[in-house]
Amino acid sequence: MASAIRIKGGRVYDPLHGLNGVVKDVCVEDGKIVKECDGAAEVIDATNLVILPGGVDIHTHIASPAVNAARGLRPEDHRLLCCPRKPGLRSGVGFTVPSTFTTGYLYARLGYTTVMEAATPPIGTRHTHEELNDIPMVDKGVYLLMGNNEFILQYLKSGDLEKIKRYVAWLLHSLKGFGLKLVNPGGVEQWKYGKDVEGLDEKVNHFDVTPRQILQALTWVNEELGLPHSIHIHANRLGVPGNYQVTLETMRALEGKRVHMAHVQFHSYGGEDYVSFTSKAKEMADYINGHPNVTVDVGQVVFGDATTITADGPWQYRLHKLTKNKWYNLDVEVETGSGIVPYTYREKNYVNALQWAIGLETFLLIKDPWRVFLSTDHPNGGPFLYYPWIIKLLMDAEFRSQMLKRVHKRVLSHTMLPHLSREYSLYEIAIITRAGPARALGLRNKGHLGPGADADIAIYAEAKDKEEMFERAVYVVKDGKIVVRDGEVVQSVVGRTIFADVPGDDDLLTELRDQFEKYYTVEIGNFPIPLEDLPFHQAVPTGRPA
Amino acid sequence: MTVAKEMRVVKDVTCPFCGVTCDDLEVHVEDGKIREVKNACVLGKDTFLHHLEGLATPRIDGKPASIEACIEAAADILARAKYPLIYGLDSTELHAHRKAIELADLIGANIDHTSSVCHAPSLQAVQTVGIPSCTVGEVKNRADLVIFWGANPAEAHPRHPTRYSVTVKGMFTPQGRKDRTVIHVDVRRTPTSRMADTCIQIKPHSDYEIFSTLTALVNGHDLDVSEVGGVPLQEWRDLVELMKGAKFGILYWGMGLTMTRGKYLNVVALLRLCQELNRFTKFLGAPLRGHGNVVGMAQVLTWQTGFPFAVNMSRGYPRFNPGEFSVADLLGRGEVDAALIIAADAIGNFPAKAAQHLKSIPLIAVDPKESETTKVAQVVIPAAQAAVAAEGVAYRMDHIPLPLKKVVDSPYPSDREILERIIARVLAKRPDDGAKRAAPRPRR
Amino acid sequence: MARPFILITGRTTKQGRTIHLGKEAKEYVEEISALEMNPADMEALKVKEGDRVRLRTDHGSSVVRCKKGTVPPGLLFIAYGQFVNALVGPDTQGTGMPNTKGIEVEVEKDDSG
Repeated sequence: MASAIRIKGGRVYDPLHGLNGVVKDVCVEDGKIVKECDGAAEVIDATNLVILPGGVDIHTHIASPAVNAARGLRPEDHRLLCCPRKPGLRSGVGFTVPSTFTTGYLYARLGYTTVMEAATPPIGTRHTHEELNDIPMVDKGVYLLMGNNEFILQYLKSGDLEKIKRYVAWLLHSLKGFGLKLVNPGGVEQWKYGKDVEGLDEKVNHFDVTPRQILQALTWVNEELGLPHSIHIHANRLGVPGNYQVTLETMRALEGKRVHMAHVQFHSYGGEDYVSFTSKAKEMADYINGHPNVTVDVGQVVFGDATTITADGPWQYRLHKLTKNKWYNLDVEVETGSGIVPYTYREKNYVNALQWAIGLETFLLIKDPWRVFLSTDHPNGGPFLYYPWIIKLLMDAEFRSQMLKRVHKRVLSHTMLPHLSREYSLYEIAIITRAGPARALGLRNKGHLGPGADADIAIYAEAKDKEEMFERAVYVVKDGKIVVRDGEVVQSVVGRTIFADVPGDDDLLTELRDQFEKYYTVEIGNFPIPLEDLPFHQAVPTGRPA
Repeated sequence: MTVAKEMRVVKDVTCPFCGVTCDDLEVHVEDGKIREVKNACVLGKDTFLHHLEGLATPRIDGKPASIEACIEAAADILARAKYPLIYGLDSTELHAHRKAIELADLIGANIDHTSSVCHAPSLQAVQTVGIPSCTVGEVKNRADLVIFWGANPAEAHPRHPTRYSVTVKGMFTPQGRKDRTVIHVDVRRTPTSRMADTCIQIKPHSDYEIFSTLTALVNGHDLDVSEVGGVPLQEWRDLVELMKGAKFGILYWGMGLTMTRGKYLNVVALLRLCQELNRFTKFLGAPLRGHGNVVGMAQVLTWQTGFPFAVNMSRGYPRFNPGEFSVADLLGRGEVDAALIIAADAIGNFPAKAAQHLKSIPLIAVDPKESETTKVAQVVIPAAQAAVAAEGVAYRMDHIPLPLKKVVDSPYPSDREILERIIARVLAKRPDDGAKRAAPRPRR
Repeated sequence: MARPFILITGRTTKQGRTIHLGKEAKEYVEEISALEMNPADMEALKVKEGDRVRLRTDHGSSVVRCKKGTVPPGLLFIAYGQFVNALVGPDTQGTGMPNTKGIEVEVEKDDSG
C-alpha cells in the first residue's frame, strides 16, 4: 500500500490559499499534504474532477448520552435506511439518528473528514468519547456544556471569575474537551423548576445571576484560556416567535469578542406566535455583516423527518406540547438538561416553509462566506445526508424558485427569497463547508490543501445537478489513505479525537472534592477521563498569542 | 520469621453488582486476596469478598481443557451455526460489549441481554411515549416527593435510598429525609415499606387501571367508581394532590410493572402520567435498572446497532423485534441452533422450556463462576470478573458511565480478550466473504 | 385440594448475597425455596412453618417450604431462582417478557417424601 499519492490534473479549490479551480497536482505523503511527491506514488487521475479539502462539520449531534437516547427512542427511524455488513465494514441502520459505524461511513461518502459533536454534559462525556470511538472515518471533537453549570453559577454569584476560569480549564483538561458550549444559558437551570428564561436580564433561581452575566463571564473565560475556537452559543428562546431580539441582544452583549452563534436560523424569528410568525433573517444578517467578530452556522431546515435533540429542556417540552409527539427528557445533575422530540418539517406547513426560507435567506444575505457555515444542526433541522440538497439550493437560483412553488403559498409574501438571485460559487461552497469552519475552529491542519495539512481530501465529479455532485465523492482521502472510491467506503479507518490542550490543575481538584461530595453522585477521582481511553488523539495548543 | 504481606488499598472502586453502581468503595487487598470492603452494601461486599469462590474451570464436554482449546471449540461451534444466539452480558463491561456485538455482526447472530427479561418492557414503553427523567443527583439535590412503585430498592438497590433518594442530603434538601415524603406502592409489604411515609397496597395486575385513573384525575376528570385496584378512589385523589403539590416529584418503578399483565403498557401509562404532571410541576420518572451493567449493554448495543435489545443480524444488518428476536421467544420456540452465554446465568433465570432448549443445543458458557449454565455447557471458558479482576466501563441506572478498576489479578483472560480471540478464530474459519445472505432457520 | 393463589417473585437481600456462594450452596437453595404465605392462608391449608407445599401452573410444578410472611391473603412470595423458573411458561405475548410475576398457581400440601 503506497504511503504516497499524487492526485493529477484535477481542479483544485483551496480557498485558504486562494485557489479557485486551478488545475494542479496535489501530493500526499505519510498522511500529510506535501509540496511534491518524490519517488513512487499511487496516482489518482483527477482529470475533469474537482478537488476540495475534506468537509468540516462545525455543529452536529452524532454521539452523546442524548444522541444515544434518541437512537434508542426511535426504532421506527432506523427502518428507513440500512447498511448491510461488508468485509471490513460493520452493519448499521438509521436515517436521522444513524448507528455509529453507519454515521462514519455516510459522512465519508459525502466527503466529510472532520466533525464536531456540538454538545456533551461533563458527567456524560466519558460516554460521548466511547461512542465517538465507534464512529470511524472522521476526526472529531466535543464541546462541553457549561452554560447552566451550578458550580459556575455559584462562582458567578460570588463574582469569582478566576475560579470559573480555573474550573472550566479543569473540565476541558479532565474530559478532553475541545470547546465551550452554552445552551440557553440560565434557561436550562430554570427548567429544573419547570420554567425558562425570557430575556437576558432575568435572574436564575437561587443563584440570582442572569443569562447576560453567564454569557459575558464564559466568553471572557474562553478568550483568557486562548481556546482554539470561540465560545459556541445556542442562544435563549430557540424556536420561539419574536426571538430575534434576544439573539441580537446576545450578540450585542458580546460585541468585540469572538463569538459563534449556533444554528442561527432557529433564532431569527419575528412575530408573536406561530400565526404571525415572520422572518428576521435580514436584521440578523445586517448585524452579522457589520460585526466581523461573529461566525454562525445556519441550522438549515430540510423537509422531511428530523429528530430534535438539544440540551434545551424547556424548548423540547414546548415542542412536545405543540406536536404531541413522544418526548424524552433527562435533567443532568449540577450541569444541564436534555430533551428529544421527533419532528417532521412539511413543505405545506407555513411555519416550516418559512423556517426553510429563513435559513436560505441567512446564507444569501450574509456577505462573507468565511463567517457563515453549512449545518442543519443535525438532526434537529434534518439529517446531514441532505447537505448536498442544501448546496444545490445555494448554487442554483432556478432550483430555489421551483421549491418556492411547492411550499405553502403564504411564505412567498413573507420572505425575501424570491428576490435573492445570488448563487454560491463552488469556491464559496468550499469555504462554508471546509475552509471557513476549519478556520473558525482554529484547526490549522484542516480545511485546506497546503503543505503540512492533514491529507483529508474530497474529490467530486462536476455535475450540473449539484446535489448529485456532492452526494457521493468519487474519492475521499483520509490521513493519506484512500477510503472512498466511487461513492463507496472501501476501507474503514479510525479518526482522531481532537481536544484543546489546556493545562491540568491539581490544586483545584482538592478544592472541588468537597463540592463534588455535596452535590454530585460520583467520586471526583472517577470524573476525569484518562488519555488511554482515546486510542487515537490529538491535542490542539491553547493559550493567548504572545 | 514473619514475611511482610503485600497490602494494598484501592479507593474509588466501582461496584458492579446492581444499577446503583456505587463508585466510592474502598477495597483492601492482601497478597492478591480481598480482605475488606468499605462503603459497600452487603451485596457489594459479598461481590468482592467472595471473588475467589465458586470459580469456573475451563473445560470441553466436561473434561479439563486449555483456554486455547476452549476458544477454538467455541469458534468452531459459532462458525458453523446457522442461527446462533449471543446472550447475557449484564455482568461485564463496555469493551466486552463491543466485542460481543462485533461477533454477532460477523456470524449473523441474534444478540440479546438480560434487560430482555427485566426492563425491556420499560424500554419499549419509552420508545412509545418517551420519558421525563433525570440523573440520580437531581433527586439527591431536589426531590421532595419520592414514590417507589412495584419496586423493592431496600433489597435490590440497598444504597439507593442513602445515596440518592431518601435520606441523602443535597443542595435543596439539606435536611435529607425530613425534606422528603416517601410513598411505597406495591402488592405486598416489603422492607422498602419501612422507609415510606405512606404505603398503598394494591391488587396484583391493577397498575394500568390505577395509572389511567391518576392521569384522569390530574387532568381534572373524576371517576364514577368507589375504588380502583382495591384502593378507595379518595386515596388516589389524595395522591394526585400530593404529586401536583410537590416541588420535584420522582416516580421510581421496578419489575412489579414489567413482569405483570400489561407489561410495557403498564409503563406507558406510568410515563404518560408523569408527562402530564409536568403541566403543574416538575415531575419525573425513572426505572430502577439493573442487575449489573444491563444499562451499559443497552447503551453500546444502541449506538452500534440502533436498538437496545433483541437484535438480530442474520440478514447482515440489525433488525429489532421484541417477541420475535427476544431471547425468551427464540428459546421458547426452539429456534436457535447454538448459543454463547456470557456474563449471565441464562439457565438459572429462564422459564423451564427456554432452559430446556438451551441444554439441547451446542452451548458455550463464559463466566467467572460456575452456574446453572456452566454446569451443562459443552464449552466452559472462565473469565476474569469484570470490575474485580478486569477493568473497563460500566453504566449506572441513570445512563452515567463510570470506570471499573482491576482490583485483583486473575489467571483467566477478561471477557473482552476472550471475545477478541473467538472473533479471530471465527475469521480464520470463515474468511470475510461478503455480505451474509439470509440463512434458513432450522425447522423442527 | 388445590387453591388458586397469586405468586409474586422478586429479589431478596439474602438471595442476592448467597448467590456469590454458588447456586448449589445450602444457604442459597434454602432462600430461593422459601415460600412466604399469609398465616391465615397457612391455617386454611393446614400447613405449618417449614412444611412442604407443591406449587403448580400449566407449565410445571415446584416443591417448596412455606414460612409465615407479611403478604396479604391470597398472595404468595418467593425469591427468583430455579423453583420459580419451573412455573413460568415461555409465552411472552409477543413482548419478549415471560410472565414472571403475578402468576396464578395452585397450592397444596406436599406429603411426598
